[in-house]
Amino acid sequence: MREMISMIVVLTVLTSVSGGLLAAVKSGTELRIEEQILKFLQAPAIESLFSDVTNDPLRERFNLDTADKTIQVFPGKMPDGSVAVAFETFGKGGYGGDIGLIVGINLDSDQLIGARVTTHSETPGLGSRVKDELTFVSQFADKPLDANLALKSDNGTIDAISGATVSCRAVTRAAIQAQELYRQLKPEIIKQIQ
Amino acid sequence: MAQSLAKEFKKGLWAEIPPFRLVLGLCPVLAVTKSVENGIGMGVATTFVLVCSNLLVSLLRNTIPPKVRIACYIVIIATFVTIVELVMQAYTYPLFLKLGIFIPLIVVNCVVLGRSEAFASKNPPVMALADGLGIGIGFTLSLTAISAVREFIGAGSITVWDGSPLFAMPDWFIPLSFMVEAPGAFVALGLMLAGMNLIGNK
Repeated sequence: MREMISMIVVLTVLTSVSGGLLAAVKSGTELRIEEQILKFLQAPAIESLFSDVTNDPLRERFNLDTADKTIQVFPGKMPDGSVAVAFETFGKGGYGGDIGLIVGINLDSDQLIGARVTTHSETPGLGSRVKDELTFVSQFADKPLDANLALKSDNGTIDAISGATVSCRAVTRAAIQAQELYRQLKPEIIKQIQ
Repeated sequence: MAQSLAKEFKKGLWAEIPPFRLVLGLCPVLAVTKSVENGIGMGVATTFVLVCSNLLVSLLRNTIPPKVRIACYIVIIATFVTIVELVMQAYTYPLFLKLGIFIPLIVVNCVVLGRSEAFASKNPPVMALADGLGIGIGFTLSLTAISAVREFIGAGSITVWDGSPLFAMPDWFIPLSFMVEAPGAFVALGLMLAGMNLIGNK
């Protein structure tokens, strides 16, 4: 009995101390990590999506509150005078957790400009191809807002990369989420931009 | 005391150097040694975890009940690994992107758990510290050596942080890209292991 109690006490104390310590380190590094993600993942993705914009989407970014979280919106002025926005959504169900996807949508035509994968922990060489092979995400380009962005095997319109179906499905979930979010937030985005 | 301290430290550098003598923790050895930069990054991260977990396990060695000791070690090791992961994300993000999944996998690195179980749980903190530091530095040296061989043969030059080649082969050398692929890791490790045994057996 005594042994039992000491086992429970030691493990409980150890895990609580460890949890507390990690929470402290996490909150201490959170801001810097966000900055680093912006600099090394989101910025290149936005630059490649908005390759010909006439403004600086990174500097003009603003926050919008949705029902459950705050998202960052990056506005881009296209050469033809129309305005587009890009924002990040997270698709559930990848092999290594959520997959981040930045989706660009044209505000005037409601068409998708394209999408780029940002954060992911998929298997290198397999699932990671959803990020490295641009032919996969380029399928999202020029799709109308009401397009079915699920995989073809889920009765949608997107071809999966063979060998990486699970990761591809997570990406399409993020894209579908982006469509919904855009429909919801469009009035507010227009208000913010003006 | 000082003599045995030095002995515990030095054994990690040659007599028990992982992964050549202590053939443990092969996952990062094979996976991340594509470039010297990755090798050193992984080595330093593992050394930090090894030193901290060895010290803490040794301090708590009389408190931890024997029946749940492995669970306790894993909690301690996982805590330090997560700290390393967060700090790397905050300060060396490009390196973190390259090492990716292999940083959290330090939790299950046999070298780390092996030192806790075989050494730190039976020895006083100072000794455990010397042991962790020695094995960690030995591990870093090995990773650097293997990745240097692989990058040198596989890419023809060794590049470091600022992107300038530190060491380059003349133009007639055609890089054997097989060496930076996964099977090349086995070949490099196997040949170096054989070489170490050849020297060690004399």
